[in-house]
Amino acid sequence: MKNANMRITLLVAALGAAFPLCAQTLEVKIGHVAPLTGGIAHLGKDNENGARLAIEEANAAKIKIGGKEARFSLVAEDDQADPKVGTTVAQKLVDQKVVGVVGHLNSGTSIPASPIYNGAGIPVISGSATNPKLTEQGFKTQFRVVGRDDQQGPAIASYLATNRKPKVVAVIDDATAYGEGIANEVEKTLKAQKISVLPREKGTDKTTDWKAVLTKLRGRNPDAVFYGGMDATGGLLLKQARELGIKAVFTFGDGACTDKMKELAGAAADGLLCSQAGIPPQAADRKFTAAYKKRFKADPILYAPFTYDGANLLIEAMRKADSSDPKKYLPVLSKISYMGATGRIAFDGKGDRKDAEMTIFSMNKGNLEPIAIIKSGKTIAYAEFIKGAGGAAAKGKK
Amino acid sequence: MKHPWAVRIGVVLIAVTLAILPFALAQVGTAWVRITNYAVLYILLALGLNIVVGFAGLLDLGYIAFYAVGAYTYALLASPQFGLHLPFWIILPIGAAVAAFFGVVLGAPTLKLRGDYLAIVTLGFGEIIRIILNNLSRPVNITNGPQGIGGIDPFRVGEFSLASPQEMFGLDVSGPIKYYYLLLAVLIAVILVNLRLQNSRIGRAWEAIREDEIAARASGINTTNIKLLAFAMGATFGGVAGGMFSAIQSFISPESFVLVESVMVLSMVVLGGMGNIWGVVLGALLLSFVPEILRWTVEPAQMALFGRMLIEPEVIRMLLFGLALVLVMLFRPAGLLPSAVRQRELTARGQGELTERST
Amino acid sequence: MDTFLQQLVNGLTAGSVYAVVALGYTMVYGIIQLINFAHGEVVMIGAMVAFTMINLLAPAGMPALAVLLIGTGCAIPVCMLVGYSMERFAYRPLRGAPRLAPLITAIGISIILQHLALLVWSRNVLAFPQIIESRTYMFGGTAITNVQVAIIAICFAMMAGLALLVYRTPLGTAMRATAQNPQVAGLMGIDTNRVIAVTFIVGAALGAVAGVLFGTYYGVAQYTMGSILGLKAFSAAVLGGIGNIPGAMLGGLLLGVVEALGAGYIGDITDLCHYGVFAGTLEACKDGGNFVLAGSNYQDVFSFLVLILVLVFRPQGLLGERVGDRA
Repeated sequence: MKNANMRITLLVAALGAAFPLCAQTLEVKIGHVAPLTGGIAHLGKDNENGARLAIEEANAAKIKIGGKEARFSLVAEDDQADPKVGTTVAQKLVDQKVVGVVGHLNSGTSIPASPIYNGAGIPVISGSATNPKLTEQGFKTQFRVVGRDDQQGPAIASYLATNRKPKVVAVIDDATAYGEGIANEVEKTLKAQKISVLPREKGTDKTTDWKAVLTKLRGRNPDAVFYGGMDATGGLLLKQARELGIKAVFTFGDGACTDKMKELAGAAADGLLCSQAGIPPQAADRKFTAAYKKRFKADPILYAPFTYDGANLLIEAMRKADSSDPKKYLPVLSKISYMGATGRIAFDGKGDRKDAEMTIFSMNKGNLEPIAIIKSGKTIAYAEFIKGAGGAAAKGKK
Repeated sequence: MKHPWAVRIGVVLIAVTLAILPFALAQVGTAWVRITNYAVLYILLALGLNIVVGFAGLLDLGYIAFYAVGAYTYALLASPQFGLHLPFWIILPIGAAVAAFFGVVLGAPTLKLRGDYLAIVTLGFGEIIRIILNNLSRPVNITNGPQGIGGIDPFRVGEFSLASPQEMFGLDVSGPIKYYYLLLAVLIAVILVNLRLQNSRIGRAWEAIREDEIAARASGINTTNIKLLAFAMGATFGGVAGGMFSAIQSFISPESFVLVESVMVLSMVVLGGMGNIWGVVLGALLLSFVPEILRWTVEPAQMALFGRMLIEPEVIRMLLFGLALVLVMLFRPAGLLPSAVRQRELTARGQGELTERST
Repeated sequence: MDTFLQQLVNGLTAGSVYAVVALGYTMVYGIIQLINFAHGEVVMIGAMVAFTMINLLAPAGMPALAVLLIGTGCAIPVCMLVGYSMERFAYRPLRGAPRLAPLITAIGISIILQHLALLVWSRNVLAFPQIIESRTYMFGGTAITNVQVAIIAICFAMMAGLALLVYRTPLGTAMRATAQNPQVAGLMGIDTNRVIAVTFIVGAALGAVAGVLFGTYYGVAQYTMGSILGLKAFSAAVLGGIGNIPGAMLGGLLLGVVEALGAGYIGDITDLCHYGVFAGTLEACKDGGNFVLAGSNYQDVFSFLVLILVLVFRPQGLLGERVGDRA
């Protein structure tokens, strides 16, 4: 009996100690969804790390929302890249009363999940789903910070067309929503510029042996090859092409615009062209890469800067609206203008990135170097862009 | 009706439980209603596959193809893809018929095949269907390829849509809850059909083929037709489930119909107890709910036990799931609820095997 | 012609890798009629262990071939251990159980092995160190690398070695006896449990070699790589007649060639613009355009169709014997 009394006293004391803390802190749950098991789990974890870093930084900064110190937490879910699981997890996040979501990684899981978030009025920002359909559904809560297929495809294709002047281009994709989507846009742009495009060749996102397809292409002698797919397959494609003696210029979308290309293709990777949404980390913000490396003991793989920006956008909008209530901060989010790790971010009416810059990279002695920036259809050489951006940054400081 | 009163009370209790279940689950979280709905879809699939594998003894590793056929039939006829918006009571029978047709297409060339050879051919068939769906975006766009088909119509009668939430009888009824009742109704119908089938002439013919095809033929059973019927019947259930999946999900793409799904459904059938309808239902429920329960519990459990996350929760979830499959089979090799015939078979197994091998 | 020969070389190399994996399936099937669906994961573990060893040893400045051999030498015992434990704990208790029970445990084991590998080797796509410098030899227009030659040679050597083991040693005799009739083999004084365990171990060793071959040839490894490789090899084994050693070899090589030719030629064959009737009428054919019904995207469909056709006409596979088994 005495013991029980003792416990109650302790409990009350503990509650009393905790209570003033509670009164001053505000629990803010942010969801993150990506496949953490299965074939692209490494990209999923990379996405999650990006969002996690943003959240930890925000906690360290002791941001005040509505007069209380905000304590952000990340509810990270695994959608296994399965659309069905995607909807279940979306509902789970809604049930757990998250106030915003970063994700999902795939368009295939993002699209069926978006009506669930929309029904609950929760903003969701994807850092990697590039299918245009995602933001064409008319949901006010859906945003994305990565370039759409129909922004990125034309950018890289027109760069290829004007700077390398190929006569015949082969287009290959990995038969996924991402790979086919961007390849279709590239093909459309090239055809519009009267460049001859060979019949589409396809592998899968698990293809390791490209030699049959490449041997066929070798007979057609294309000047350039575009591949819509990820680095794991793209690196092997490039390596095997050089082994077969194909000399064409190889071009990739953002999925294969990573340092992994060098690892997988070795010296064969030199000279490849590829595009990424946003402005290059060298020009925007080196802080992100350094912080990521310090926290996770690894380099960011691909979309981590975008999910980092996504989480930061949610936090920034809450701070500006001075509320973590989605109803209050959603209008702020849709009008936001924010300088992130991938450049300046503002949203258009659909929730896509307004005037998204695209950067063209080239692999030079094992380093991916930015060579041009494409903004609203105009191509700017990287050196000039840096001068311009430097000037703008200097002005900003004043 | 000569049921003793205890059985009647039991039936009433189960009925009441099933009726209030979604509202109870919604208290925990609407996610659980969705999980239950998917579980019911898996039960439908497992019951369909049970006809082929459990009743007729034909190993089918490509069953998900029929689910895909049903889903795509619905999606193409009720979405902006072709601008067609037929009502569901027209499409579902069409979907079932198309799936049944594909069942016969698969069945016909494989009649001679047995055991593992049949397994690989059905597996190939499942992959072929998926790859074709994934690539029919060119040269003429039919399925929209890997981009998938979106904006699929929900089940709708006049103004009443199963997808949107509304207030009924003073209760907030969400979309998933409405679908739950529809799925439950379909499930009860399918279970009744299955129970009748099992004890019908056809059911006994399937059993005869499963036990000994040559003897079955000698007893005057038209094994060709009966086998094809098994494939067609199984496929029909898959097709219906696929149509409902399409409507519930409102977006489908070929990545929902991968080989792993076929393997999952087969695991449900085998784990629950091949040939036993209630066993199959149990197997499907378990394999649908266990991963989800793990998803909700692994993280807090780890925090409680060790105070921090030692291993990422999603990895533990998969490890425990794999372990569960192995352990259940080790301790109940004939499934959780083996069918009566199987049980008899097991006890008489030792002798049967010797004679079989020596032929 | 150059293109055709090149496709054959491509197909034969890919097929050799399938064949070595298929040998593992077929051995186990031959002896206890069990499809060891977790065999693909054994191959993955083999590749991963070799990956770790090569990464450890390569900077030490040893000769490349020695590093590769040590890597393989470490992968083989690890895989043998995995193979043995699999048999001992997941399959042996289920002997005499319904046929599908071990199939489900195999799936369970597969999931477990994959995620254990995830914990050890991470989720990342690992670039397998390319320590053997690839040299390309040109024969006319046909390119063949030293690695390709080595892979084809190793594959044939493995099959020959396995055939010797099965047909020329007392252990092989015991294996064949167990395969024909375990009960009678037991009465003849053969420890069937031991023979079956040895079969699994030998199969796993082959899997380890296959993993290293795969890693060296393609230069990539990931914890999920086993499933697709396992599936292809399983198809190859069935194509050749599962349970039959030369059959697995033939099936593997044939599957590789069929895939290469499928990807290489079906696109052209199904391009309607090549046919006079359509070329004039189809809008897409103008200005040298194309209207391809089925291109390299149908590569897998093509190989499955070949498989199905073979099985429809020879239900026991190419070299298999007719056995009266049941589902």
